[in-house]
Amino acid sequence: MANIKVDGQLVEVPDYYTLMQAAEAAGAEIPRFCYHERLSVAGNCRMCLVEVKGGPPKPMASCAMSVKDLRLGPNGEPPEMFTNTPMVKKAREGVMEFLLINHPLDCPICDQGGECDLQDQAMAYGVDKNRFSENKRAVEDKYIGPLVKTSMNRCIHCTRCVRFTTEVAGIAEMGLLGRGEDAEITTYLEKALSSELQGNVIDLCPVGALTSKPYAFNARPWELLKTESIDVMDAVGCNIRVDSRGREVMRILPRINEAINEEWISDKTRFIWDGLKSQRLDRPYVRKGGKLLPASWEEALSAVAARIKKAGNKVGAIAGDLAAVEEMYALKALLASIGSGMTDVRPAMSGIDPSMPRSAYIFNPTIAGIEEADAIVIIGANPRKEAALINARIRKTWRAKGLPIAVIGEQADLTYTYSYLGEGLETLTDLVAGNGSFGETLAKAQRPLIIVGESAVSHATLGKQAGRDTIALAAKLATGSNVAEGWNGLALLHNAASRVGGLDIGFVPHDGGVCSADQIALAGKGELDVLFLLGADEYDTSAMGKAFVVYIGSHGDAGANRADVILPAATYTEKSGTYVNTEGRVQVTNRAVFPPGDAKEDWAIVRALSGAIGKPLPFNSLTQLRSVIYAEFPHLARIDQIAAGSVADVAKLAKAVIKTKSAPYGSAVSEFYLTNPIARSSAVMGECAATAASLQQAAE
Amino acid sequence: MLADKDRIFTNLYGHGDWGLEGARKRGGWNGTKEFLDQGRDWITNEVKASGLRGRGGAGFPTGLKWSFMPKVNDGRPHYLLVNADESEPGTCKDREILRHDPHHLIEGCLIACRAMDSNLAFIYVRGEFVRERERLERAVEEAYEAKLIGKDNIHGWDLDIIVHHGAGAYICGEETALMESLEGKKGQPRLKPPFPAGMGVYGNPTTVNNVESIAVVPEILRRSAGWFSSIGRPNNVGTKLLMVSGHVNKPATFEEALGESFKDIIEKHCGGIRGGWDNLLAVIPGGASCPVVRGEDMMDVIMDFDGLREKKSSFGTGGMIVMDKSTDIIKAIWRISAFFKHESCGQCTPCREGTGWMMRVMERMVEGRAQKREIDMLFEVTKQIEGHTICALGDAAAWPVQGLIRNFRDVIEQRIDQYTYSSTSDGAVPSIAAE
Repeated sequence: MANIKVDGQLVEVPDYYTLMQAAEAAGAEIPRFCYHERLSVAGNCRMCLVEVKGGPPKPMASCAMSVKDLRLGPNGEPPEMFTNTPMVKKAREGVMEFLLINHPLDCPICDQGGECDLQDQAMAYGVDKNRFSENKRAVEDKYIGPLVKTSMNRCIHCTRCVRFTTEVAGIAEMGLLGRGEDAEITTYLEKALSSELQGNVIDLCPVGALTSKPYAFNARPWELLKTESIDVMDAVGCNIRVDSRGREVMRILPRINEAINEEWISDKTRFIWDGLKSQRLDRPYVRKGGKLLPASWEEALSAVAARIKKAGNKVGAIAGDLAAVEEMYALKALLASIGSGMTDVRPAMSGIDPSMPRSAYIFNPTIAGIEEADAIVIIGANPRKEAALINARIRKTWRAKGLPIAVIGEQADLTYTYSYLGEGLETLTDLVAGNGSFGETLAKAQRPLIIVGESAVSHATLGKQAGRDTIALAAKLATGSNVAEGWNGLALLHNAASRVGGLDIGFVPHDGGVCSADQIALAGKGELDVLFLLGADEYDTSAMGKAFVVYIGSHGDAGANRADVILPAATYTEKSGTYVNTEGRVQVTNRAVFPPGDAKEDWAIVRALSGAIGKPLPFNSLTQLRSVIYAEFPHLARIDQIAAGSVADVAKLAKAVIKTKSAPYGSAVSEFYLTNPIARSSAVMGECAATAASLQQAAE
Repeated sequence: MLADKDRIFTNLYGHGDWGLEGARKRGGWNGTKEFLDQGRDWITNEVKASGLRGRGGAGFPTGLKWSFMPKVNDGRPHYLLVNADESEPGTCKDREILRHDPHHLIEGCLIACRAMDSNLAFIYVRGEFVRERERLERAVEEAYEAKLIGKDNIHGWDLDIIVHHGAGAYICGEETALMESLEGKKGQPRLKPPFPAGMGVYGNPTTVNNVESIAVVPEILRRSAGWFSSIGRPNNVGTKLLMVSGHVNKPATFEEALGESFKDIIEKHCGGIRGGWDNLLAVIPGGASCPVVRGEDMMDVIMDFDGLREKKSSFGTGGMIVMDKSTDIIKAIWRISAFFKHESCGQCTPCREGTGWMMRVMERMVEGRAQKREIDMLFEVTKQIEGHTICALGDAAAWPVQGLIRNFRDVIEQRIDQYTYSSTSDGAVPSIAAE
């Protein structure tokens, strides 16, 4: 700790603190453009200049100088800094003037207007007159991909975008070319950025140089209604803010949550919103004579009720990737009321057995806990595509500690270096036996992190045992003899927001029910009469035979195409739904806008259906439904908390006898931009997928 | 005036052999081992006692700089980085050393490395110095062949020298930009602290010295610190390579004692001012970045660090640019502004934006197409740049303009008056002088 006087006020701060941090600790505000707490220090905007006593007779950049760099007074007095002296005021005015001389007066037509650092700080620290009478600099706009729009006249060369893409996103594709006045931020030959985190440069840009291309000229920040919510594009559960105007979602921005996404979100999370408006199911449909025809709610519900009454308990339900806990619970209760236990939220032939404890299917070490790991094994996952923010966290840890990382499965560019061990269960068995140099590294690790991806757990062709054995082997790796007390390193990486919530409430086969693959097989054989698809589009809809398929969902995708009755439902921005992320953290979305047309919230549809078949479910409102859920599953009531899985359970898993000799691992996500029905309806995501494909082709 | 016997660079004009044989005949590599054997502290103290100040422009005491290197080796290698990126307009001394007396530099590297506990010296040669670099490389080879340097050499102190060729950017002469460039990155200055002596090239302790500072060290040790410090005035001692360019009868680079007056130097070495002393308009005394001084103020100036500080200018590298009354002084300073605008690295705001602004206002002032209040505004802009930047290029760009405004405000105002006087309602017309 060190003492420092800030504007005469004595504060005690850690000695590695920068002057800027010390000033903040003392409550003094320091303007800045280039400084960002999650990026390296550049010190180039010069906005944060402060006066320092005992230093050179010129202002110093407070972002780059630490408290311990300052000398004590002759009698050991603490060093002093000033943020409100005439020298500082003049320095700020000077820098502000320089920043503005070549900055166009675009504010009225600039998308950053209203949330622009330059605007705000010019108001607070600038002067109101202009002494610059020469011509302003003109810079050509650059193409850097379909997501980020550039307006390079406005650039103030803070290099935040360069530092973000290089440091956090891990792509060395942006840079400052040229020098002096002619310096320009660009990608090499205006190539599109290849990162799935590139949208964050829009938030980072302190001016309007980098703005959102899809959102361009659509709205002003002060017109938007801001709703804090949760993302469901993957199982990470990023915290987001949904900005809406009227009935439209206009854009999606990240919220800070240090435990999950820090302050980044992936491009799919950010730019999905145009998919919320297209391909929407806004009224019920009933198939008549082979054609889906619009129908009223009454017609649709009674058509379904009639079939259910005939089917007895030969009714199944599969929940898709975006389903919230509430609707799954309601649907499970509906099926239970007619004596069916055929519910499933897992992909075909998942190795996650309903009998397994919670620690077998959650990301036990937690996302923030990645930073504590001292060795990482990634099994059958491409975290960059399946959970971009978890990948960013791994990269952050790798940059900070240079920890050993190994991959079994797909050999992809993960933005950090790793040892590639092999591609299947054989390699994993080998590693468990302690073979190879990584085996030795891992044996020494005290906090090993074993990430198991969907592709290693679900083997549609090999059956469930392969996945079970993978989990058991991973559990063995996670419970080595040197592992620190209390460290639970088994980390299941799901890629669907619904998965952990569904597993938590037992939306899995029970009371004689069968799994999703078997349900479809039964339907194909004509032994299952009614099949509910709760937003489930990732299954083989052509194999469902003559079963009466009821699709409850928001978008016209594979499931709706096969459906006999479509019941239009709400997306995650249109309802309050509970989601449990891959860590097991319970989070709740909030309604930003209302569902379009006649569409209803999913749980309400199920509740209405229960009335139509004459077995009404015991709740009439979301609050009532939640109190029922909370009574049965108390951990779901603890929002933003994790009911931790136990280490002992993992150790028990590790004792299983391995029966599988060989199984291939890969990645569950091949097209990052097209993983769910909302993304597939989004034109922006389509363009991104096409750009990514062409970049891929160019690279090959 | 410096006696011939006190000259350090006796082959400055390349009349003799530049190679190892010639260097040895002139006394080079003589007794080097004895100096090394007396240890690092002795060498550093000797250099401190000699009063040698850095010859690259800032005049920081060389011995003191060396003493900043960590005393106890923490396992990281120490480096000497010789700055041969001589790009300051008006400065052409290091190139003479590189091409005519390279062994002075190489021997100096060995001694300096001993004093800093370093076994590796980098010499960063300016991109335009192609022949100089070739000759330096040959001289380094000669030294290796004669086992003067390298592993297990006859001096008992291992030293490798790496000659690195830059690409010709002015900013790479700034010590931290030099290190970035040497590491293969873009030549942009680093933030200080950390200082190079703690974290320099590849994060290791590094001392950056000018070619001349290193090249004079062997002779200082050979002839004793007392000899060196007896030349010149206190705090401004020793001999120095000076360069005079511009409107003198015989522009030249020469070695002279510090502390001589400007007039004596010009008379002795350059054959006087073109058209006589009455024709002297102005002098930029130490390379383009130093503030210009009026001719009449310059006559009696003592040419050393303190002598020029009294004139609110700077001794810099000792490269004097002499301008007679045929010079358009505003245009001359505009040209310097254009140079700094061109060479600004673009990293930090005041320099990136300010150098262009200054140049454009100067451009108008050359014609007189400006307002008189803009003179004060321009001065204020230079003050807004000076001291607000990461490196000293901002200061270097601001000083010439400040010097112009301080010393030649009358000329600027006259030019503006003339332009206004000659203008009609349609705008500017050719000046009266031209008619």
